[in-house]
Amino acid sequence: MAQDRPLLDPSPRPPPAPLLPEPPIRLDPAARSARVDRISFVADTPVPRRGSRADSDRLAASQRELSDDDARLVYINDPSRTNERFEFAGNSIRTGKYSVLTFLPRNLFEQFHRVAYIYFLVIAVLNQLPQLAVFGRGASVLPLAFVLLVTAVKDAYEDWRRHRSDRIENGRTASVLAGAGAGGRQFQPVRWKDIRVGEIIRIAANESIPCDMVLLFTSDPTGVAYVQTINLDGESNLKTRYAKQETLSKSVDMEGFTGFIRCERPNRNIYGFHANMEIDGRKVSLGPPNIVLRGCEIKNTAWAVGVAVYAGTETKVMLNSSGAPSKRSRLETHMNRETLLLSGLLITLCLVVCVLAGVWLRNHKDELDYSPYFRKRASPDDDSSYNYYGIGMQIFFTLLMSVIVFQIMIPISLYISMELVRLGQAYFMIRDASLYDEASNSRFQCRALNINEDLGQIKYVFSDKTGTLTENKMEFQCASINGVDYSGGKASLPGDGEAYSVVGDQFWRPKLLVKTDPQLVRLLRSGGERGEGMRAREFFLALAACNTIVPLTVETPDPKRKLIDYQGESPDEVALVYAAAAYGFVLVERTSGHIVIDVLGERLRFDVLGLHEFDSDRKRMSVIIGCPDKTVKLFVKGADNSMFGVIERSINLDIIQATETHLHAYSSLGLRTLVIGMRELSRAEFDDWQSAYEKASTTLFGRGGLLRAVAANVECNLHILGASGIEDKLQQGVPEAIESLRQAGIKVWVLTGDKQETAISIGYSCKLLTSEMTQIVINSHSKDYCRKSLEDAIAMTDRLAAMSLGAQNTITGTESQRVPIALIIDGTSLVYILETELEEELFKVATACDVVLCCRVAPLQKAGIVALIKNRTDDMTLAIGDGANDVSMIQMADVGVGISGQEGRQAVMASDFAMGQFRFLVTLLLVHGHWNYQRMAYMILYNFYRNAVFVFMLFWYVLYTAFSLTTAITEWSSVLYSVIYTALPTIVVGILDKDLSRKTLLKYPQLYGSGQREERYNLKLFILTMMDTVWQSLAIFFIPFLAYRHSTIDGSSLGDIWTLAVVILVNIHLALDVFRWNWITHASMWGCIVATAICVIIIDSIPVLPGYWSIYHVMGTGLFWLLLLGITVAGMVPRFAMKAFTEYFMPSDIQIARELEKFGNLNEATASEIPMSTFSQPQQGFI
Amino acid sequence: MMNNLGASAAGSSSGSGSGEGSAPRRNSKRPKYSKFTQQELPACKPILTPQWVISVFTLVGIIFVPIGVISLMASHDVVEIVDWYDSACIPQNMTNDKVAYMQNAATDKTCTRTLKVLKNMDQPIYVYYQLDNFYQNHRRYVKSRNDAQLRSADEASETSGCDPEKTTADGSPIVPCGLIAWSLFNDTYSFKQGNENVMVNKKGISWKSDRDHKFGKDVYPKNFQNGSLIGGAKLDPNKSLSEQEDLIVWMRTAALPTFRKLYGKIEVDLKANDSITVTLKNNYNTYSFNGKKKLVLSTTSWLGGKNDFLGIAYLTVGGSCFFLAAAFTVVYLVKPRKLGDPSYLSWNRSPLGY
Repeated sequence: MAQDRPLLDPSPRPPPAPLLPEPPIRLDPAARSARVDRISFVADTPVPRRGSRADSDRLAASQRELSDDDARLVYINDPSRTNERFEFAGNSIRTGKYSVLTFLPRNLFEQFHRVAYIYFLVIAVLNQLPQLAVFGRGASVLPLAFVLLVTAVKDAYEDWRRHRSDRIENGRTASVLAGAGAGGRQFQPVRWKDIRVGEIIRIAANESIPCDMVLLFTSDPTGVAYVQTINLDGESNLKTRYAKQETLSKSVDMEGFTGFIRCERPNRNIYGFHANMEIDGRKVSLGPPNIVLRGCEIKNTAWAVGVAVYAGTETKVMLNSSGAPSKRSRLETHMNRETLLLSGLLITLCLVVCVLAGVWLRNHKDELDYSPYFRKRASPDDDSSYNYYGIGMQIFFTLLMSVIVFQIMIPISLYISMELVRLGQAYFMIRDASLYDEASNSRFQCRALNINEDLGQIKYVFSDKTGTLTENKMEFQCASINGVDYSGGKASLPGDGEAYSVVGDQFWRPKLLVKTDPQLVRLLRSGGERGEGMRAREFFLALAACNTIVPLTVETPDPKRKLIDYQGESPDEVALVYAAAAYGFVLVERTSGHIVIDVLGERLRFDVLGLHEFDSDRKRMSVIIGCPDKTVKLFVKGADNSMFGVIERSINLDIIQATETHLHAYSSLGLRTLVIGMRELSRAEFDDWQSAYEKASTTLFGRGGLLRAVAANVECNLHILGASGIEDKLQQGVPEAIESLRQAGIKVWVLTGDKQETAISIGYSCKLLTSEMTQIVINSHSKDYCRKSLEDAIAMTDRLAAMSLGAQNTITGTESQRVPIALIIDGTSLVYILETELEEELFKVATACDVVLCCRVAPLQKAGIVALIKNRTDDMTLAIGDGANDVSMIQMADVGVGISGQEGRQAVMASDFAMGQFRFLVTLLLVHGHWNYQRMAYMILYNFYRNAVFVFMLFWYVLYTAFSLTTAITEWSSVLYSVIYTALPTIVVGILDKDLSRKTLLKYPQLYGSGQREERYNLKLFILTMMDTVWQSLAIFFIPFLAYRHSTIDGSSLGDIWTLAVVILVNIHLALDVFRWNWITHASMWGCIVATAICVIIIDSIPVLPGYWSIYHVMGTGLFWLLLLGITVAGMVPRFAMKAFTEYFMPSDIQIARELEKFGNLNEATASEIPMSTFSQPQQGFI
Repeated sequence: MMNNLGASAAGSSSGSGSGEGSAPRRNSKRPKYSKFTQQELPACKPILTPQWVISVFTLVGIIFVPIGVISLMASHDVVEIVDWYDSACIPQNMTNDKVAYMQNAATDKTCTRTLKVLKNMDQPIYVYYQLDNFYQNHRRYVKSRNDAQLRSADEASETSGCDPEKTTADGSPIVPCGLIAWSLFNDTYSFKQGNENVMVNKKGISWKSDRDHKFGKDVYPKNFQNGSLIGGAKLDPNKSLSEQEDLIVWMRTAALPTFRKLYGKIEVDLKANDSITVTLKNNYNTYSFNGKKKLVLSTTSWLGGKNDFLGIAYLTVGGSCFFLAAAFTVVYLVKPRKLGDPSYLSWNRSPLGY
């Protein structure tokens, strides 16, 4: 079925087909373990032709029987025999990465995966060579050690927390059947970590399941158990699991119970399980409905007993617990480019120094022996020279030493600062109250920590529809039965007299009430046996019976009243069952063999003889029901295009046509439609089916394919009953959100599995499409048609562009000036376009359009469309979705956002960020994304600048030391410079500074463009910053140099002046660029300068250092203070002047918005006169 | 409305059923509101308005220009006599082989110079020697010392880093070791005004902190300048290092290759047009590396010695700030812009207005 999620998804849910490729079971355990860190349900490469490869894989897999090599043998209630060969993992889990012993080596190993760290390590090692010892041993290792230590402490803390939760988890207890003891066999509490495969475990209601178990017995006589899988996949509804009839007949204390289970090796597919069980020589096949998984809870079942088959690390939940794949942000990639430039600069400086040193040595060759400051000759009689290896070597050593001295050019602290800043940014995003979703009680989640700033540069948003734009809360709206449309006048809600079921003296009522159509109600109640009423009744019977919904009765304060709560995996089904109940067909009870439906006040029992689950190939599901009147009926419901293929067209053609018209009308209202059909099976037909069905369902492999074939055989020649229309309400704030995103210059593409009409109407209702838009629709069924459509489309866009160009004669960014174009394309066409040469043309058309709507697309096609943009442009893409079918798209996009909604957690697990509502995207991108980008971009530039200033300052001094690489600044100060003296303010600013307030950013979404245009970080800015850097370093160096020329100043005093000057200057530089000063900013900025002064004073108070007491001496002179003032002002004047001039005379949008924020009230009157947006459109009629 | 009803039904029914329902709002994860977490801390948002910019530039100008003037005046008040004597003190016949002259220990290197006092000089008058082209900041040189050894007698054998002036040939440690001490300056000066000696006070020329804490009172020179290669002055082995002030001054290595070191203080006033005779011993060999030696007599001001740079720099900066303020004002008047006018926003500018 082409809806976004499988409409009729039964329990257990089959994995969506194109995601399925459950790989053929491999024999090689190494190969298997190597794949563990990838989420296996995602195919690595997008395959547009859906399912074909997956199918062949599955078939190949099914051809094989479970060989002994391939399977694990579990002897029921015989753990010692099961574990004879010690090949199965115990049930204790270990999520911690390190132990006390392995922490240091492993953590260091992981940290040194960063190239930058290796660079610093090499430098530190070089410095240990006596000829190159620029810094003392301690000082040279300190910065690297500091950075490593901070990271190690962070890792250790996280690991300790994991260990703690492991201990708690392992220490929980479960009842395990003990061997024949004194009092016979009985269940005894055993700690989780001691549970072994093969043991029999008893779980009481609401208890967690300690390991993956095959169910043997449950408190329910039919062997049903309900589990909640919220910890596993986040779905809160109950799922049914069954114990096999063969085991149910045995006694619970396992007396005389022997048997074994042969099951596949542990794998991470939580929706699949292949096994068979031999009891007393009989072979029984087991499937996903027979297994309950670790992490789930037993609900509504008093107890359940099962045998452990996978334990500990081999459980499916543990195999699935891997983090999101790590991505690298755009900014960081660009940053590496500038890092390379800086490396080039560094090498240049080093080369300059070593060449000059060589020249100097050559010129002074004759003096070197005895000149007091070089004296290479140890004594006159002695030819050996002290620490001198000839000019060549001396130059080489100078080169290496200068690398050591200038190493700080590559900012080591930048990497750790960026991590800390992202952590801080994530903290504020998570804590943002406006990203909290009340309905799902979920906060914003930051799952990837290294792409925060990408959120500020998004140009394309690819959105899923159902559950993302809409609420995925289905509501039955209308029905077409027997060719008659019942979508007319809505009565009020059914009164107490209707839609309930009486059991003895009790009233049972469905929990949700649905509005009914009075005409239809009349028809149902009084229709008699006439065709029309009959059809209507059968229609609702089909709705009530053809599903996998589990009714639960819920007590109310009134003992005579009970509520029926329908639990099912598909919201559409739930909506349909509630609708049936409202019309008097109340599904009351479901067991594995029969259902009880209260039909208009009369309780009837229907035997469920067979159920063909929904799958995405057939796009329909069916049940075979034995009715009380001994007839056997087949009810089928499914998507229209699938259903019309199996409906007998020879009869009731007019009804079919009427229904088709209605379907079209419904879907153009944005309703999700289903067609319902039925057929009465003759005895012979039923017998044929039954034998085929039984044969198919006991096969071990290829069962799915066989069952599909059986289903396809029987689902034919159906009579049409009618069609239903279900409304999926738009989420709150979606049109506004889309409008904001569009103003922000972000193109929103909707990729949906829904029908084209539905998609278009949702497009209108969420303001994606407007009436003045020109729509280009591509629906083609062959490659040639596709090519032709695309060529036409290109011609059309060109013409429209030319038209608007002619009309305006200018090119402006404003959308109002030109005719907006929308492209609507369907999945069938995409099959012929994606991954062929037509892609290029699609790209041309799509990028020329303002809106792109893809309907009926398969999950991998979604990823293919994302790749279409991602591979051809530099633009950042974001994919947002909520279901398993969005996973591939989310992982393909630069930024993946998961909606934690109704559809489980697969999308969230694969995403980088997760949140509760689509409309949060606006806040996320426009506010947090903008901030993050601005801050991070500035921080990177500033870090480059900060370290380069220091290096240039050292470099100028080197020119006056006979190129011998002396530093006036003490080695401790040069080491502490980037980690202590100047580190904190940039981190604080990176986390807290905001150029604009949230309100302004939301009011003017266009401000987002700054990030898209990379205004805050680009090569030009980098070069400007570097020029400024050179000027500032000149000011810092030469002002004291010239002032102290021909004086008695000593090296340490001058070094102290330079240290303080550079720290003050870089902090003032930062201060000038801070937008928002709060107390934390003040504290860190001024605190850092004070801390530097304190450090300098402390260093100068150590008598064994040559610089002892210098700072006290130099501080006592007026010259010192005048120099600091002079350096600061002279260093800042060019920057300040530039800033003032550009901000005033060439203001950026952000600057104007800042002024507006501050002086806005003065200009309010004029501001209101300016239309902020010329974009408007009539609200499309919708419900 | 249907939703509301459904929700209320759900609300009323939950908590019953199988004994545990999902109680609504149970441990809500809603982030707690605080000004900090919502990033709403009170903050100042400075904006560079033209008024601000002009006032800042003007203010800087107003502060800097007077400071510049005062500094220049202070510098001009300083009276400085500089005498470049190294080439003059070589006898005419030896000018071609200065190094040999210097290395010949037998010759008398006494030299007499006459200095003219151009302006009145008030005491104290500082006597400096200035060395040009002497890299006291050369890496090999600055490292060649051992501060531990200088501090305490117990550490006399601590000579690490002192290469190549570490130990004598027989291995006993040199105190003070290292190239810095070895190359101690050894020219001496004595001054006469007419026939009257002008006393030079050589006490208190070093930092008190150095005398008290850096150079030990119980550390005496040992094996110093005993080798075949004599670098400079010898030390009195009976005076502790803390009393060897010339050494202490010398060991504060200069930051730049041209530097002055304090030789002593003359504690009498000198009048303009006085003539001072300096008798100096030209012992220190700077000829081997083309170094220059100068004798400097200078008074000081609150700014230190004579140096016009700071004043000029302040005047320049102040002047350019005035200029910038003026330039900004002019441009502001010619092309004013209303602050925070949304019509300047790029998407509001009319397409034809470009």
